[in-house]
Amino acid sequence: MNYHWNWSIFFEPAPNGTGSYLDMLLSGLVLTIETALCAWIIALVFGSVVGVLRTLPSRTASWVGFAYVEFFRNMPLLVQLFIWFFVLPELLPRSWGLWLKQMPHAPFYTAAIGIGLFMSARVAEQTRAGINSLPRGQKLAATALGLTTAQTYAYVLLPMAFRIIMPPLTSEFLSTIKNTSVAITIGLIELTGEARAMQEFSFQVFEAFTAATVLYLLVNIVVVTAMRVLERAIAVPGYITGK
Amino acid sequence: MFESFDFDVIRRSLAYLFFDGMTFTLTLTGLAALGGLIFGTLIALMRLSGLPLLGRIAGLYVDLMRSLPLVLVIFWFYFLVPYIGQWLTGSSRPVRVGAFASSLVTFVLFEAAYFAEIMRAGIQSISKGQPAAAQALGLTYSQTMRYIVLPQAFRNMVPVLLTQTIVLFQDTSLVYVLSIPDFLGAASKVAQRDGRLVEMYLFAAAVYFIISCVASFGVRQLQSRIAVMR
Repeated sequence: MNYHWNWSIFFEPAPNGTGSYLDMLLSGLVLTIETALCAWIIALVFGSVVGVLRTLPSRTASWVGFAYVEFFRNMPLLVQLFIWFFVLPELLPRSWGLWLKQMPHAPFYTAAIGIGLFMSARVAEQTRAGINSLPRGQKLAATALGLTTAQTYAYVLLPMAFRIIMPPLTSEFLSTIKNTSVAITIGLIELTGEARAMQEFSFQVFEAFTAATVLYLLVNIVVVTAMRVLERAIAVPGYITGK
Repeated sequence: MFESFDFDVIRRSLAYLFFDGMTFTLTLTGLAALGGLIFGTLIALMRLSGLPLLGRIAGLYVDLMRSLPLVLVIFWFYFLVPYIGQWLTGSSRPVRVGAFASSLVTFVLFEAAYFAEIMRAGIQSISKGQPAAAQALGLTYSQTMRYIVLPQAFRNMVPVLLTQTIVLFQDTSLVYVLSIPDFLGAASKVAQRDGRLVEMYLFAAAVYFIISCVASFGVRQLQSRIAVMR
């Protein structure tokens, strides 16, 4: 292979004046984590609400939940980001659209909201599966105790459901981190974007992508380890994952 | 809101969008699913082979691919495939590889990791008595796999495999980062040429939505039919 390896490239100054190439990649990593965390909060909030909607006895509520999930699940994430970023400002009233276009950090907000809503459909499916996996007696007992539907969900069903679906939620969180790289297409320079920029500045393709790969693997290992500890702490005794 | 809509730009570009763009997307999806299934099955067999080294390698491959974002993997292979080609053909300089071949290699190798996990679950769902009976009949390992285990594992996993193929269909839109004219790339090219981003992106979204919806409805039908037969 006639490729010139140069591993010391990471300590050479980057032409964009922010420090070395390593600093550049690390700032990308920080942006990846920030975007993923914001998106994850949105995904959890919307996903839980929609997941609950789908399990309610009301037919309208479960239909709304179903439509929501199908809407966000059947379009590629890339297309959804394009719609939020390029199409939405044009469809709004002129002054609103202008405000959106001139907003600082628009790619960041668009990515956080777009990826958050995309992932919320998946979180909703997990929440629904968690609630449906509970024995029927739990809901019946709550009703017998005189709890309202809202109380039943808040004190009986949801605390159990979330503890059960912790492992699948971990992998949805990992997907959220990975999906932030799609935002490179609307100009968010996160970890993959910085690796690509480094490749264009320095021509050291494989060093740049190897570094990005290692950083993604490290993030994965940290998240998985932390979640294992959390899962063990909150596992429901008596269930397969419990003590 | 819609008064300045130009629906004609969609009509004018229909032939380009579907004959060039959608053909690329569907061919890539089909071939990547087929290749991913073949490699994925091999990886699953390696993981379940009980040979420590083979199992470790397969496990590492699956874990690596599944912890990386697809966009990064697309970039990796875009730059790596010419060097792999040089190494395979023994030529003196990196081989020029077309956009289609490069993205096909990427998606086959990436999806293989996901298909491997599905096939592994499928193989593990077969009761132990099946391979034991095959062994008692004197079938070799490869005969047991080919005639007894894999057909049943595949059949049990058809709905999951198809669902993964729908995900793959949506993911092929990411070749956009290499400026390849797949369906979304073609729509984006027309959009930028004619300054009609709103019309083209909404149309592209609608097409992806309808195809995925119909396909996942079909998978659900198939799933309920298989469930009844058992």
